[in-house]
Amino acid sequence: MNAIHLIYLVPLLPLIGFLVNGLGRKILSKRAVGVIGSAVILGSFIISLLIFFQVRQEDFTPQIISYFDFINVGTIHASFAFQVDQLSSLFLLIITGVGFLIHVYSASYMHEENATDLARYFSYLNLFVFSMLLLVLGANYIILFIGWEGVGLCSYLLIGYWFKNTSYNNAAKKAFVMNRIGDLGFLLGIFWMINTFGSVSFHDLFNPNNGIISILHETNSHRLIGITLLLFVGAIGKSAQIPLYTWLPDAMAGPTPVSALIHAATMVTAGIYMIARSNLMYTMAPSTMNVVAIIGLATAIFAATIALKQNDIKKVLAYSTVSQLGYMFLGLGVGAYTGAVFHVMTHAFFKALLFLGAGSVIHAMGGEQDLRKMGGLSKRMRITYITFFIGCLAISGIPPFAGFFSKDEILAVTFSKNPLLYIIGLGGALLTAFYMFRLLALAFMGKFRGTEDQLHHVHESPGAITFPLISLAFLSVVGGLVGIPEIYMQHGHRLGEFLSPVFAQSNAILATHEITHQTEWMLTGISTILIVLISVWAWNKNKNYQGETTAETGLDRVLEHKWYVDELYDAIIVKPLRSLSLFFNNVIERSGIDAIVNGIGKSIQYGSRQIRLLQSGQAGSYILMMVIGILILFIIQLFAN
Amino acid sequence: MEIKWYIFLSVTLFCIGIAGALTRRNAIIIFMCIELMLNSVNLLLVAFSKMHLSGIAAKFPALATDAQLFVFFIMVVAAAEVSVGLAIIVMMYRNTHSVDINFLNRLKN
Repeated sequence: MNAIHLIYLVPLLPLIGFLVNGLGRKILSKRAVGVIGSAVILGSFIISLLIFFQVRQEDFTPQIISYFDFINVGTIHASFAFQVDQLSSLFLLIITGVGFLIHVYSASYMHEENATDLARYFSYLNLFVFSMLLLVLGANYIILFIGWEGVGLCSYLLIGYWFKNTSYNNAAKKAFVMNRIGDLGFLLGIFWMINTFGSVSFHDLFNPNNGIISILHETNSHRLIGITLLLFVGAIGKSAQIPLYTWLPDAMAGPTPVSALIHAATMVTAGIYMIARSNLMYTMAPSTMNVVAIIGLATAIFAATIALKQNDIKKVLAYSTVSQLGYMFLGLGVGAYTGAVFHVMTHAFFKALLFLGAGSVIHAMGGEQDLRKMGGLSKRMRITYITFFIGCLAISGIPPFAGFFSKDEILAVTFSKNPLLYIIGLGGALLTAFYMFRLLALAFMGKFRGTEDQLHHVHESPGAITFPLISLAFLSVVGGLVGIPEIYMQHGHRLGEFLSPVFAQSNAILATHEITHQTEWMLTGISTILIVLISVWAWNKNKNYQGETTAETGLDRVLEHKWYVDELYDAIIVKPLRSLSLFFNNVIERSGIDAIVNGIGKSIQYGSRQIRLLQSGQAGSYILMMVIGILILFIIQLFAN
Repeated sequence: MEIKWYIFLSVTLFCIGIAGALTRRNAIIIFMCIELMLNSVNLLLVAFSKMHLSGIAAKFPALATDAQLFVFFIMVVAAAEVSVGLAIIVMMYRNTHSVDINFLNRLKN
């Protein structure tokens, strides 16, 4: 059986789940909701696996399955089509696989919600997964954009899931508005692309034989730079890079599994996917690549410094996501496309693990998220502790866990491009190790700092929560082994070989000056030693934290307040905009538009009151007026000729 | 006789009719004034017909008497209209014992 013909089921199943749960929310039981919500994703995952195995075969060529004409206007033809190739099949696996585990976890984590809300929650989750699948499956930028908007909408719905809380609603609105800013750039990029190339289909643009971009000879043309920069603006919004990153930490307002879904499997990886998909276009515009690399690196460092001083367990993880996304963009910017996609995959494993672990902790603590009030949980929550520990090892980049290989690959390519960027990137990696082990030590070591009630409540979470944790921990351990660099093992980079057809054209253009194996060994050795030292230091520094709070000073204080970026945006954008709106409301609206509308109404009322007097009911006066009218007509006639 | 005398007569009659219709309050007199206007127009029609068609009557004999025929039609219609109007006025008088039109505007309430 040809599994690729079943591709439509992959997004269709979550859509069905969304409809069933959404429409039947009043009648379905909580159990049924959880089962339906998870089962549809499991179904998608199984089909994705079948497709993946088919794609892996030697003689596979990328396939486009077209369903119907979506837009057919003038010279623009965009069909509703899915593209199955190495990149999309890999993303399908990540989204449905990690997504399924998060669904299972949610069913248990959200058990305190009532049945209607739970059904609403699961229908949103399914819609989220559906949008993301549409995004990665789309065979042109327009279908991709539909999914792109879909994930934006679902993130809004899910962040504001507890919509009775105003600050959560504000967080949801913030996420939506920030995304809109990026989406505008993306949309303009698509328009420009249509104007320049006359097509938005990946096949028309990028296929090796006669793709429009592939046969371009000129690199770095102004149009290409413009288009790629606009697309990158979209990626900045969706993937939370400077300057549009502030929505992601606020998105912690949503339920914890939602955070895991947004941060690991869906949404934020959309930007990476889009650029990886358009890799050839970016390769042809080296100036944009530099911008991408610099913004990525700046975000990686910037977010990592903020994460050092956060005390909310989810906030630390949120900033670490922003930072890791920065690494992925750094990878894309220096041409390490495989490395970036590899990091998306490993990051999906360990970040989902960390978030779900954090959720398990929060669950056990009865909703407490402040690290200063935790501590000593390692003895009471064995499985959570061990899996969380593995997640920390993986994200910090300690061999042989998943994060080591992917981060190392990105940094190695960065070094070959520019050693300075490498050093800054390595600094970011050290910061990552520090804040992760600080988090780990604060939450699980030392003595318990919460209330008595919480102490009695602390317990290991049930199976539906620990099962995803264990699965993801397993993946975080072995996930990196698909991408072992050449220096350790011949043909060790199985992922790179798998993805090579997608990036072949770019790699042919990018002049890769290989660094020698000796240098690479040295770099890996130094970075690993430094990371381990920093981790141990952070661990020792924080494991005996007693709950003392000292007022932070100087730089610490700035970091604790997230470099005052939110305040800055508030001052330069939100407040002026608000006063402008108030001005418009009070002056333009009240005394301008309202006055015109009311004035028209009043003058008509007045005029008709006057004209009404003419209609007296006296037949004589009517005739007189008629005569006068006829006379006037006669006079006009006389002078007109 | 020149056409202008016919026109003067017709206009005079019409103006008398208008003046009467505007100034008098008695419904019957207003009615007579309306008839006067109608017939002044009839007169004009016949006069113009005589003037324009005398030249071409030789070529198109059928057209020569058309206007005069129209006038008879108009008179017939006017007679029918007068009978209806007078009937209304009679009924009105029976109900209100008055033919004053200012008295009749009560209908508007």
